[in-house]
Amino acid sequence: MSTAPLLNVEHLTMRFGGLVAVDDVSFAAERGQITALIGPNGAGKTTVFNCITGFYKPSEGMIALTHASGRRFLLERLDDHAINAKAKVARTFQNIRLFPGMTALENLMVAQHERLTATAGLTLGALFGLKRFHAAERQAVELASHWLERIGLIDQADNAAGNLSYGDQRRLEIARAMCTRPELLCLDEPAAGLNARESDSLNALLRTICAEENTAILLIEHDMSVVMTISDHIIVLDHGAIIADGPPQAVREDEAVIAAYLGVPDEEVEDAEREVGL
Amino acid sequence: MEYFLQQLINGIALGSIYGLIAIGYTLVYGIIGMINFAHGDVFMVGSFIALIAFIGLLSIGITFIPLALILVLLVAMLLTAVWGWTIERVAYRPLRASFRLAPLITAIGMSIVLQNFVQVSQGARVKTLQPVITGGYELMHAENFAVSLSNIQILIVVTTIALMTAFWLLIDRTPLGRSLRACEQDRMMAALCGVNVDRTISLTFVMGAALAAVAGLLYLLYYGVIDFFIGFIAGIKAFTAAVLGGIGSLPGAMLGGMIIGLIETFWSAYFTIEYKDVAAFSMLALVLIFFPSGLLGRPEVEKV
Amino acid sequence: MDTPETTTGRRLGPALLDATISAGIAFLLFCLLLGVRTVDSVTGITLQPRPILLAVVVGLVFFGRLALNLFWWDRDWTFPALPFLPKKQGDGASSAANEANRLGLILVAFAVLFPIVAYLLNTAFGLHLPLRYWFDLSILVLTYVMLGWGLNIVVGLAGLLDLGYVAFYAVGAYSFAIISAHFGWSFWMCLPIAGILAALWGIMLGFPVLRLRGDYLAIVTLAFGEIVRIVLQNWTDVTGGPNGISNIPGPSFFGLDFGLRAENSFHAFFGLRYDPLYGTMWLYYIILVMALITNFVTLRLRRLPMGRAWEALREDEIACRSLGINTTVTKLSAFATGALFGGFAGSFFAARQSFISPESFTFIESAIILAIVVLGGMGSQLGVAIAAAVMIGGFEALRHTDSLQLIFGQGFDPALYRMLFFGLAMVAIMIWRPRGLVSTRAPSITLRKGKAAIAGELVGEGRA
Repeated sequence: MSTAPLLNVEHLTMRFGGLVAVDDVSFAAERGQITALIGPNGAGKTTVFNCITGFYKPSEGMIALTHASGRRFLLERLDDHAINAKAKVARTFQNIRLFPGMTALENLMVAQHERLTATAGLTLGALFGLKRFHAAERQAVELASHWLERIGLIDQADNAAGNLSYGDQRRLEIARAMCTRPELLCLDEPAAGLNARESDSLNALLRTICAEENTAILLIEHDMSVVMTISDHIIVLDHGAIIADGPPQAVREDEAVIAAYLGVPDEEVEDAEREVGL
Repeated sequence: MEYFLQQLINGIALGSIYGLIAIGYTLVYGIIGMINFAHGDVFMVGSFIALIAFIGLLSIGITFIPLALILVLLVAMLLTAVWGWTIERVAYRPLRASFRLAPLITAIGMSIVLQNFVQVSQGARVKTLQPVITGGYELMHAENFAVSLSNIQILIVVTTIALMTAFWLLIDRTPLGRSLRACEQDRMMAALCGVNVDRTISLTFVMGAALAAVAGLLYLLYYGVIDFFIGFIAGIKAFTAAVLGGIGSLPGAMLGGMIIGLIETFWSAYFTIEYKDVAAFSMLALVLIFFPSGLLGRPEVEKV
Repeated sequence: MDTPETTTGRRLGPALLDATISAGIAFLLFCLLLGVRTVDSVTGITLQPRPILLAVVVGLVFFGRLALNLFWWDRDWTFPALPFLPKKQGDGASSAANEANRLGLILVAFAVLFPIVAYLLNTAFGLHLPLRYWFDLSILVLTYVMLGWGLNIVVGLAGLLDLGYVAFYAVGAYSFAIISAHFGWSFWMCLPIAGILAALWGIMLGFPVLRLRGDYLAIVTLAFGEIVRIVLQNWTDVTGGPNGISNIPGPSFFGLDFGLRAENSFHAFFGLRYDPLYGTMWLYYIILVMALITNFVTLRLRRLPMGRAWEALREDEIACRSLGINTTVTKLSAFATGALFGGFAGSFFAARQSFISPESFTFIESAIILAIVVLGGMGSQLGVAIAAAVMIGGFEALRHTDSLQLIFGQGFDPALYRMLFFGLAMVAIMIWRPRGLVSTRAPSITLRKGKAAIAGELVGEGRA
């Protein structure tokens, strides 16, 4: 068991031309915890995400991921697909990216590509009916069914993902990410567009994932009720830099955070109003 | 040096023709995102119309060449524009909201239709036109090689520059151009803002076809030989030019046309004429590997 | 309530206006191209007016449009749905999908039995059927079915638009022809080599275009196809240039040849009377088996990780990458697999024709194969087979139909018009069914019995 944090981001900087989207950001996400990344629109949250999951190559900095087994990966040096396949980081997207023309079950089967390919004997083996592959395929279907049951979509298994309701699609995307058996699950605004009831069940799902699956969660979220309820640790970004980092209670009372969200603290507004005679 | 200069002149003349055709591809691609595969054949139809109109005018006694050419130009632009309009109306508009490969297939179908229609109606043999515009200037004279600039080459380049300028003003300065650019950005939003999207798209095809007709006339005057198959080769080259320059970009189309014209001419002059198309296509592949959106195209941002 | 007569009457005005406008447009379209014919003469080109033809065509447009206006566009009936083409998702679709499966089996059974039964009937009853022609046409259709299925892997499953598929067909054909000419190897030895060479070419093409998306990919594959053809045309030492390669040996039947005076002849070995049809039937069965293998492999691959990754790639490439799928390998494998089958088909084509030249591998071939895939319904094996039969069969049949001469007069040569009709048919079918004949997608795996088809509107189009 390694003592290093699961994810360690150090001095991460991302520039697009002259624009500095993320500026020297360092933080850590611990195993077995839910870490939230919050901040106003345009703060650079999704850019950090894209750097961690390999869609952007950071301009500077290091992103180290350490598995429970002690294996260590430098994510900025891996190809994007290897970040999932080797380093075991899975993600969802702000705008849901399912495979809409494939069934829910097929979506979850695609997610197990890596393991199935390993048993497929360069595809030729499986083409001619390799036993090992059949066993692996059965296991894959079992894992998929397990997740479909957990997200309550087992009855929709054979329906096209594109036909599911919005909330179901969100949950299916999480299940799909979980089918890659990740050590770290990155969720980009999982509660966006959900109603209160769906949002509650999402919270429960995330908590059980974190507790039972040995998967840590890093999430971006705007819905403060979700963030405050489920996070163990919150990082606040503003204008590409970290302005607060700590447990929910501390962050909630942090003046810099309040200022970033509301512009300035309430007293200052009141002072200003008094001065102009309102 | 003299030889080089001569090839440069020839290349620019050829490149102008490709550029004029390429604009049709780039306009249509910019506005509805489809490869109008039939556009090369619209160019071919344009050159046939020009040929018939020209001979017709001569036979009814209009033998003053400048007048005849202007009339031919107008007739060819008008009638070819009607072809462009009809093709869009019949083969593309019904499929606009549909699956993206469907209009590509109808475009290939229309290309086959146009080629074979002209073959059936005008015969498969090549049509030869006696040189209409002759003469030129000798720019330089080496021991045994003269660099000449023929009048027809001047005409091609001047016409192209004039049309490009007019066209650029049209796109940049007029309400029509504004609605065209709006449709290019976001068709739905343009419609909500009161732009008549159907009419704008029709006009795009009309303009593209009219420019192709000009290219067809210039081609006819320059080479003097046309057949029903010229549209395919010229179309592929012009499309290559549009992609090379960055599809959707007007200056890109012209630049791409020039590059393709020059590569072809120089390759034929210095290497082998048989492999000139291989050179042009290889250049395309090379450019796209290093500039995946073409030379002047807007880079596509991968939104995650 | 209006009676039909009065509504028709009320619509007459606008209909007449519309028809007149259409006729005017038709006049503008055709006035020079149809109304005048260019004739070569000693003094150059002269013009020969054809006012009657022009008037007939414009009149046809006028009355056709009028009729459409009055009787067609406001009709209160529609075409009955085709029974075997599943249309919508739902309970009905699952039975429709099963019906499609059953139809597929029937078609395979028919394809297997057809030559033998036809041959036996013909000899038993002395029917003098044009078997040679039937078999040749069937072989041609099956070749296109196989090509369609091969391209379907690239376009239909992986969603990569390939406009240069004919290049792999050419590589397969020329590989076999050149190897057999230089080393004297038989068809059966060359077939795998040709396929593998084509697959390698697929990978070679794949590498530079990996980064390209959509239409850029399309134009580069088109350029690649043209490059291959131009090289074949001009590399005279190896490919014979425009003259091509002739005397390519046909496939033997386990070492037996089909020639009349061959050393190990088929008919002598089995003690049969010589009949040139034996060779043709053998070719028929070879291409049938090759096509069925293509189909089997494709259907099997769809259920394997590789095939699933292809479809996932078509649906969403970014999501693929986030799930640990190596998109480079996935794309190259799709190109290579598609090219492999193209190469096999090419070898067969060379062996069957015994003569190949660059003329057989023009862009129009790529376009026809792509049209078959799209018309059939991308990703649907049955649809592609039907589309190949309709397009190629119908198209070939036009060449030999004399009945059209009764309508258009003796001067009418159907062969001249068949490409014209072919193009019109492509446009018409596409407008009629934009997603192809079979637009639904069958899931590759289901939890419960009874396959529900997925509506075509949901299925991605890839980066095409």
